[in-house]
Amino acid sequence: MGSITLEQVRKNFGDVEVIPGVDLEINDGEFVVFVGPSGCGKSTLLRLIAGLEDVTSGRIVIDGQDMTQAAPARRKLAMVFQSYALYPHMSVRKNIAFPLKMAGMAAEEQERRVQHAAGILNLTDYLDRRPGQLSGGQRQRVAIGRAIVREPSAFLFDEPLSNLDAALRVNMRVEISELHKKLATTMVYVTHDQVEAMTMADKIVVLRAGHIEQVGSPLELYRSPRNRFVAGFIGSPNMNFLEGAAAAGLGAHAIGVRPEHFAMSTTEGAFSGTVGVAEHLGSDTFLHVDLDDGTHVVARAAGEVPVHHGDRIHLTPQEGRVYRFDQQGLAL
Amino acid sequence: MATRHQNTLARLMVAPSVLLLLAWMIVPLGMTLWFSFQSYNLLSPGMERFIGWTNYQYFLSDPAFWTAMANTLLLVGGVLVITVGGGILLALLLDQPMFGQGIVRILVIAPFFIMPTVSALVWKNMFMNPVNGLFAWIAKAMGAQPIDFLAQYPLMSIILIVSWQWLPFATLILLTALQSLDSEQMEAAEMDGAGALSKFIHLVLPHLSRAITVVILIETIFLLSVFAEILVTTNGGPGYQSTNLTYLVYSQALLQFDVGGASAGGIIAVILANIVAIFLMRMIGKTLE
Repeated sequence: MGSITLEQVRKNFGDVEVIPGVDLEINDGEFVVFVGPSGCGKSTLLRLIAGLEDVTSGRIVIDGQDMTQAAPARRKLAMVFQSYALYPHMSVRKNIAFPLKMAGMAAEEQERRVQHAAGILNLTDYLDRRPGQLSGGQRQRVAIGRAIVREPSAFLFDEPLSNLDAALRVNMRVEISELHKKLATTMVYVTHDQVEAMTMADKIVVLRAGHIEQVGSPLELYRSPRNRFVAGFIGSPNMNFLEGAAAAGLGAHAIGVRPEHFAMSTTEGAFSGTVGVAEHLGSDTFLHVDLDDGTHVVARAAGEVPVHHGDRIHLTPQEGRVYRFDQQGLAL
Repeated sequence: MATRHQNTLARLMVAPSVLLLLAWMIVPLGMTLWFSFQSYNLLSPGMERFIGWTNYQYFLSDPAFWTAMANTLLLVGGVLVITVGGGILLALLLDQPMFGQGIVRILVIAPFFIMPTVSALVWKNMFMNPVNGLFAWIAKAMGAQPIDFLAQYPLMSIILIVSWQWLPFATLILLTALQSLDSEQMEAAEMDGAGALSKFIHLVLPHLSRAITVVILIETIFLLSVFAEILVTTNGGPGYQSTNLTYLVYSQALLQFDVGGASAGGIIAVILANIVAIFLMRMIGKTLE
C-alpha cells in the first residue's frame, strides 16, 4: 500500500544540478531514513517525492502508479515539516481536521478521526487550544496528527526533531518509532543526525552531494561501509583514519578503525601516542590521542579507565575490525 | 534596569515635550470650543457675544449637514472597500516572482508620493475632463457619449481619485504582511489538498487580518478629513453632492465667514472621529489579542 520507487530522478535548480540521478526502492511499511551532511540534497529528494518540487527528469512511482506529474494532494502522502507548519489561527482540532475538510468529508467522520488521532497522540486535552499555546513537543504531535488523519499510504518527515531540545528529541524519537510499529505505514524520514538514523531506520540511505553513497540496514552500514565517506559518517564518535606506513603495511591507502575497536594498553601495542583530552563519562571513557606520527585519533573504552592528560598509551585495533580503503576512498 | 529613581528622572526629562504637545492640542481645541458658543461672524466684527447652543442647533438642522455626513461616510467606506480589496489583489500579484519586479513595485507605490492637490488636478484635467480627458477620448473612440464625471457622479469621482492615492499604501502594508506568510504553511496546505481559493480563505486572509485592520485604522483617520481633492475638483458641488464634513466646515467659516457655526461643525467632526476611533480600537483589540 505504500511502496515508492524512484527511477533516475534528477533535479536542477537553474544551472545547478542538485540531484544528479537517483534510483531508489522503498518497500511498503519500511522506515527509511535519508541521512547526510547539510546541503546533500536529502530534503530536496523528500520534496520531490512529496511533489512540492517538480523533477527535472526521471519517474516517481507510488503504489505502482506513475505520480511524477501528479499534484501533491493526489499522491496520498502526508508530510511533517521541520517548522511543523501548523495553521496559527486555527485550534488544534481544526488543524488536524483541515485535510479532511479539504477532502469534503462529513463532519461526524471528521470528528471521529480527529478524536482517534488525538487519542493516539495524547492530544485529547488540547484540542481547543491554538498552536501558539502549545509546547514544541505538542506542536510536533499536532503536525503528526494532521498527517495521520488522512490515512496516507506513506509519511514524509523533514527533520522533524531538529527544533526540539535534546531530552524531548529522544522521547519523540521513541514515540515516532512506536507510531511506526502501530501504524505499519511506510515512513520516509530526513535527518542530518546519524544517531536518529541508526536508532529509527529499517533502511538507511546515505546521501552526499545528491548521490546515494550506500543503502542498507543500520548494522550493515556500520559493519561494511562501502567507502570512506559512509564509514566516517555512520558511528559516533567518528571512525579514525590512518594513512602512511600503518596503512601501507596492510596494502591499503588508508585504514579506518572505530573508536570502540581499539584495545588500550599502557605497555605495548600497534600504535603509541600521548593522551590529549580524556573524557570520563562513567559509562564510557573517550580518549583523544595524538599518535607519534602526528595523527589524531579517538579511542573509546567501556567503563572507567584511569588515564589522564599527558599519559603515554598504546592502542591496538581489534582483529577483523580494520577497514581498508584505496586511493579513491572505496573499501577494499 | 530602570530603577524608580531613573523613572522619575525620565519623566521629568520628557515633561517639556509632553507639555508642549498638550498645549499644541489643547489651545486650538479650547479656542474652537469657545468660538462654537459665540455669535462670531467675520462680516460683522466687534459684535461677538455668547449665544449658547444656537450654533450647534443651526449646524445640525442645516440639511447640508446630513448630506455631508452621508457623503463623509460614503467617501470613507468607498475608499476603504476599494483600497483594501484592490490592495489585497495587487499585493497577491506583486508577490509573484516576475520580470522587473523592483521597478513594478516602485511604480505601484508612486501615486502615494504625489500631493493630493496635484493628483486631483491631474485627474480632473487629464482624465475626467469631458472635452480633453482621456476617458472622454476613449468614450468618443468607441462612439459613446463622453461622461462629465465631476458633474454627473461627483462623489464617485472623488472616491476614485482618493482611492487611487491610497491604494499604494494599502498594497505596501498588505504586501509586506503577505511576504511574512510561512511558505511551509502554504506547502502543508497544498499537501492537505487545499486549492488556491481554500488556501486564500483559510490561510492568507487570516494571516492578513492584522495588516488589514491597521490599513483600515490609518486610512480612516486620514479619509475623515479629505479636503484638497474636493476643493480642487468640485468645490463640494454640484449642490452639496460632494460636500463632506470637513468641506462643510470650511465653507461655513471661509465662504460664509461664520466662525461660530464652523467651530460648532468642527467640534461635531471631532466627536464623530472619536466615535469611529472607539469602534476601530475595539476591532483592533480583537484581532491583536
